[in-house]
Amino acid sequence: MFKRILNRLSNWVDDRTGAIKAIGEMAGHLVPPDAKWWYVFGSATLCAFMIQVISGIALAFSYIPSASEAYSTLRFISDEAPFGHFLRGLHYYGASAMVLMVGLHMAQVFLFGSYKFPRELNWATGVLLLGFTLVMGFTGQLLRWDQNAVWSIVVGAEQAGRVPFIGKWLAHFTLGGDTIGGATLNRFFVIHVFIMPAFIFVFVGLHLWLVLRHGISEPPIAGKPVDPKTYRQEYKELIEKKGRPFWPDAAWRDTVFCVGMIVAIAALALFFGAPQLGKPPNPSIIAATPRPDWYLLWYFAVLALLPHGSEQYFMVFGPLLAGILLIALPFISNRGERSPNRRPWAIAAVLMIVLMIAALWVKGVRAPWSPNFHPEPLTASVVGATSGPVFIGAQLFQSKGCLNCHLIGDDGGRRGPDLTDVASRLPKSQIILRISNGGMNMPAYAGNITPAEMDAIVAFLQTRKIQHP
Amino acid sequence: MNENNNPNPHPCQRPAPTPEEITRRRFLERLSLVLGGVGALILTMPVLGFILAPFFARKHEMWRSVGKVESFKIGETAAVQYEDATPLPWAGVTARSAAWLRRESADTFIAFSINCTHLGCPVRWLAEANLFMCPCHGGVYYKDGAVAAGPPPLPLPRYPVRVKNGDVQIETSSIPITQ
Repeated sequence: MFKRILNRLSNWVDDRTGAIKAIGEMAGHLVPPDAKWWYVFGSATLCAFMIQVISGIALAFSYIPSASEAYSTLRFISDEAPFGHFLRGLHYYGASAMVLMVGLHMAQVFLFGSYKFPRELNWATGVLLLGFTLVMGFTGQLLRWDQNAVWSIVVGAEQAGRVPFIGKWLAHFTLGGDTIGGATLNRFFVIHVFIMPAFIFVFVGLHLWLVLRHGISEPPIAGKPVDPKTYRQEYKELIEKKGRPFWPDAAWRDTVFCVGMIVAIAALALFFGAPQLGKPPNPSIIAATPRPDWYLLWYFAVLALLPHGSEQYFMVFGPLLAGILLIALPFISNRGERSPNRRPWAIAAVLMIVLMIAALWVKGVRAPWSPNFHPEPLTASVVGATSGPVFIGAQLFQSKGCLNCHLIGDDGGRRGPDLTDVASRLPKSQIILRISNGGMNMPAYAGNITPAEMDAIVAFLQTRKIQHP
Repeated sequence: MNENNNPNPHPCQRPAPTPEEITRRRFLERLSLVLGGVGALILTMPVLGFILAPFFARKHEMWRSVGKVESFKIGETAAVQYEDATPLPWAGVTARSAAWLRRESADTFIAFSINCTHLGCPVRWLAEANLFMCPCHGGVYYKDGAVAAGPPPLPLPRYPVRVKNGDVQIETSSIPITQ
């Protein structure tokens, strides 16, 4: 009885809207039978995006996008609001998952050659979605509106300023004026909450529409290249003969993976929580050490490690070139072998990119190029003297900023060479020469210290020898 | 309840349009496009103006007192804070700016931007080392702002500074953007 009423109701709704049948057709579209666990990353990205939409809307109930209020609302969300800390964590790890899943999805599509004919525009829209995701990541980090956010915007404006001709204008637009101020936060809020989500919704729609139009690509078979003349016919035959309905034959894997991801994100949010808020967004607090969130930390490393002078060009043309190359990929090669077994360079390319980002990321975490502003004071046992020139030299080594960039044992900075056993490497004359003249990354101290101070520092450094037990 | 009768089962089987119909359609097409364009213009012009106008507004820089002359020692560099020229009412602490102020002699001061010329991070003054050091990528400047080491392409920018009625005053300025 109840079932009959429900049936009639659904028939009526379908007749008046056509929606139920349309959704049923989409859900039941036939997919290749072997599309299994490798195919879950796209839907996992969408799933992560939905987490972002839901947690983001929830956070917006308490967030005030105002330069003077945002920080205190974040304090409130983190410290007082029920579930606030958890929701912030959800939004943070959700963002991390989305970046990660976009990357995995992209790598899988690339390795399987799924971007080839006729799915060139699936790939191109996907590259745009990757770009939007990164913009969301950067702008989202800024909405935390602490000291780190403020200085990240200044760094962003400086990079925008390097663009030829319109750089100054772009930097001005990024800051929302001449300086950080009342207008700065709102533009990033609008980009993060209205403009980018709108773009993402539209392009996800387009991306999915293209997936339905061309079908999910079949797992590649070595020795079976894509020929645009015959591919569509072959795919049609495969699907008609062996295709399975997406729901539920393939969708169950997406569901399992997505729910697993949600559980992992919730667990991370619960046990680790969102990143700590930094100091208030007061641009006149000079003791700041801006760092991007982890997904952009590797790029921070790139900007630190580029040869002097080249970063001016890299900052502008690097990301631009990467974007153009990625979008151009299926238009450069849209036919031929799809199987990674026959495309060793594809595997090499993915491996190189993963290794590159991983290596840069590790460097970015340690940031050896950043001076250490609060090195542990050198202990008497390390110095090996409590008076005399060696002792005075050690004191000067710290007060003159040497220790900020050089290691003595485990203390100090990593910007410059480790000086733990410098006297085993360099004679006295060389040590004096380097301190006086400096180098690419070291200031020349000749005008900054007296001859007596130089003698003391050199005396201290000459005791830095390899210890032979 | 289910009415599945399509009122027009064969939409294609109609007489070919007459020349009058074709020109009429062309006209209506163009009319709609032009009108749509006019509508879009009416909506986008004020929106663009609203978003972009502040960029063409004339700047009003102001002199801000940052302390008495005698509160700065000759040969020393100190951080000073002041308020931006015309902060928005809701700017809060973001309306604050800072500079490094160096007293060269009895009546000469230099005001340095705190922004590193590499990527704009706030440089710190190491008083005993007589150096500015940047926490981001290790740029270093001498006490006169000249590049000592690291990636900065230009010396630390300077802000206009003056002494008036015993006060040291800095003129509010843009965050310097290296181009």
